[in-house]
Amino acid sequence: MNTEENQLIASTTVAADYLRETEIAEIEHERTLYPDARAVGLEALKIVQKHRGWVSDESLRAVAEYLRLPIAELEGVATFFNLIYRRPVGRNVILYCNSVSCWIMGCEQVKDKIAGELGIDFGETTTDGNFTLIPVPCLGDCDRAPVMMVGPDQHRNLDRADLGAIFAQYRKGKE
Amino acid sequence: MVSNPLTRNIDLSRPPFDLAAYEAVDGYRGLREIARGLEPSDVLDKVKDSGLKGRGGAGFPTGLKWSFVPMGDDAPKQKYFVVNADEMEPGTFKDRLLMEGDPHLLIDGMIIASYAIQANTAYIFLRGEYTESERILRKALAEARERGYLGNNILDTGFDLEIILHTSAGRYICGEETALLNALEGKRANPRAKPPFPQVSGLWGKPTIVNNVETVCNLPGIMAWGIDWYRGLTKGNDHGTKLFGVSGKVRSPGCWELPLGTPIRELMEVYAGGMRDGLELKGFLPGGGSTDFMLPEHLDLNLDYDDIAGAGSRLATGTMIVLDSQTCPVGMIGNLMTFFSHESCGYCTPCRDGLPWVNEIFRAFEAGKGSHRDLAILEEHVDYLGPGKTFCALAPGATAPLGSGLRYFREDFERHISEQRCPYKQ
Repeated sequence: MNTEENQLIASTTVAADYLRETEIAEIEHERTLYPDARAVGLEALKIVQKHRGWVSDESLRAVAEYLRLPIAELEGVATFFNLIYRRPVGRNVILYCNSVSCWIMGCEQVKDKIAGELGIDFGETTTDGNFTLIPVPCLGDCDRAPVMMVGPDQHRNLDRADLGAIFAQYRKGKE
Repeated sequence: MVSNPLTRNIDLSRPPFDLAAYEAVDGYRGLREIARGLEPSDVLDKVKDSGLKGRGGAGFPTGLKWSFVPMGDDAPKQKYFVVNADEMEPGTFKDRLLMEGDPHLLIDGMIIASYAIQANTAYIFLRGEYTESERILRKALAEARERGYLGNNILDTGFDLEIILHTSAGRYICGEETALLNALEGKRANPRAKPPFPQVSGLWGKPTIVNNVETVCNLPGIMAWGIDWYRGLTKGNDHGTKLFGVSGKVRSPGCWELPLGTPIRELMEVYAGGMRDGLELKGFLPGGGSTDFMLPEHLDLNLDYDDIAGAGSRLATGTMIVLDSQTCPVGMIGNLMTFFSHESCGYCTPCRDGLPWVNEIFRAFEAGKGSHRDLAILEEHVDYLGPGKTFCALAPGATAPLGSGLRYFREDFERHISEQRCPYKQ
């Protein structure tokens, strides 16, 4: 296994993956919305992630080569934004709000319950590959705190919610 | 007359108004005025005269901001209008309500603003996590395009406008308008040096106006019902209505549209229903996580930019976070410091290195290891990270709850030191 430093530059040393036709079509659509390739670069990373779940070194390099962007620059962008995942994540990403209103309403206690329910802490993925738990800044639903997102869905008033039932629907949905 | 122009169409128990329903209640009237021959300068004058101030946090007069955009034949042909829909200020939940409750109000306002500065391309910079807002806005944008309110030569005015919905890939700093522009350009979202201001050299170096969602949602009303109506909405010194929210341990947390100048007490006690049983109000942040604490003694002040400033804080986003008597103020401020240190973009040294240091000290307090020396270091950082010492407003924002918290809740810090534990934990 490489050290952390080696991993950071890995995208400059690996061979590029192939972009799929659907990905290229979506990237080309983004080109019509922005005046230069650099702006499309960030959008292309999001497109690749949508299809593959995360952005590997190989796919980052593929995007850089396709759009003729410097690899290191795209890497710098990819690692800056927290919704670009540079490591594999589970099928459902849980974005767990731990900002101030949720904190007052007991998000730390609820998080302990979630960690117990799923057997993971922040930054970890369940062994069955179903869930990754990540903290996120204020989700803008503070009158219904604590809140979290599972995939694209917002879940509110978590102190009163049946967490097991919430997670069950995602386990089933993906089978 | 309409008294709640921002939320009059909002009812979250049903889907938002589609274009036809929105038009049936005076929607897109500004656009029709424009089609009847209103000049961009007429629109600018109206917005200036309305007294509208930016609702994103800084409270800068909107018309004045627009007036810095070069106009006329010598001005650059390409200009941009950008809506800041990157709502991420801790404790702020108002723009989501507007976008999900009445999407055409935002589009209506964007057309008016873009026409005023003669921008032919507008972006909505939307938080990536706001998936429901995205779905609703995409549908509304498609309707507006279909109806000919977007596209080329809108209603035979000769004015062209495309609105592009951009979903962000995250980070709080994107809410800072120049960092937002870098993010839109596909760069790391570090703030830019000012000047040049975006009004002159913004997105891809072109004149650009960035306005908050709620600010833009004020424009359709101003155009439809006029300045006298708008200026008559207020109960105080500033004009119009505003969304005010309350979160924390009150009986009925929520978000309401109220006239500026409404007493804080009315918001807290009538709308939010007062504190939950057995709890007392200890303090509150009046406008999100980057504002100074206020105290129960300030409840009789009004929700007005100047009134709040007079108490040493800022109205900012108008969404209040309530600290109750059984929640630890040191823990609450510590939570905010974790947030700010995590969200520093890392560009300037005081912010990048100072905030994590501050955060470490709060972790020590939490673990019962706080000392008077730590307290002195925190005091120093209120100055080191304050206004004028850093590249942008993020770290000064962090010093607002920190400095005021050290001042107002000193005793709580002292107890953490003398008892070597958090006195609020059982």
